[in-house]
Amino acid sequence: MREALDHWPFVIGAFALGMGAIAILTAWSYTTMRRAEARRDAMKRR
Amino acid sequence: MHIYANPKRFLKLANWLMPLLFWGGAGLALAGIFWGLFMVPPDRLMGESVRILFIHVPAAWLGMGGWAGLAIACAALLIWKHPLSGIAARAIAVPGMVFTAICLATGSIWGRPTWGTWWEWDGRLTSMLVLLFLYGGFIALAQASAREGGSFKIPAIFGLVGAINVPIINRSVVWWNSLHQPPSITVGKSAIDPVYLWPLLAATVGFSLLFGALVMMRMRALIAEQQVEARLRRRALDDDQTGHDAPTGSVAQSGGGDTGQSLGNA
Repeated sequence: MREALDHWPFVIGAFALGMGAIAILTAWSYTTMRRAEARRDAMKRR
Repeated sequence: MHIYANPKRFLKLANWLMPLLFWGGAGLALAGIFWGLFMVPPDRLMGESVRILFIHVPAAWLGMGGWAGLAIACAALLIWKHPLSGIAARAIAVPGMVFTAICLATGSIWGRPTWGTWWEWDGRLTSMLVLLFLYGGFIALAQASAREGGSFKIPAIFGLVGAINVPIINRSVVWWNSLHQPPSITVGKSAIDPVYLWPLLAATVGFSLLFGALVMMRMRALIAEQQVEARLRRRALDDDQTGHDAPTGSVAQSGGGDTGQSLGNA
């Protein structure tokens, strides 16, 4: 007799991967933007 | 569109629109995901794994929509030479590639319990993989052209030619035999039960707004980088100009030149 496959680990894996990637992309984009704008503003003041 | 092709005007708009898109998108996407994960019943055939729909479909839509946006920006650059078009195309590429990768990864995870396989070389999956490689190629070309200080024409033409893949992805499940289901949502019609459709729409709109915010963040970063580069170039030119205007004075000051030093000492 074959046991039915539990789908929840697949659901959790898919969401963890997707949301993790989006969180990393968001953090990276935000820090890149802040750093670039800070550098520009520092240069303007000089 | 022509009005906002001006970086100053765009930055003014992005200042208030970006947080609005970000928080609105994040809220709506999280609500759609919560709704899809905990409030809808399992599907009759796919069981609990149907919940992967709420991240897989928005990611697929943004992967394809992202390239459509990129191609439009490339066309605007080639036709009207808008200064912001190249920046917009470059800003779309990375989020588009990430969402395409999410679509492929979540689709592969979904395939295992429903199809019994992680991967199948059919039209839909292969054309989506090609899209991922196209994004990679565009990013490499755009970075090379920015580094060399060359024209953005070649990446722009690549962006336009690559757009041919978008309708191929869309029609692939109709043209070729595939394990992937045929289109569930077409213009004005949906084969999806409303129980799944509404949270799916909420998640898709939410992720689309978030995508818009990410593109704006990356555009702001690219504009700031270009402004820094322009300022550095201007300073280098000014320094050059000053050096040419007063060669004796500068040599005497630095004490490096024979003539200057001897004149100064005398």
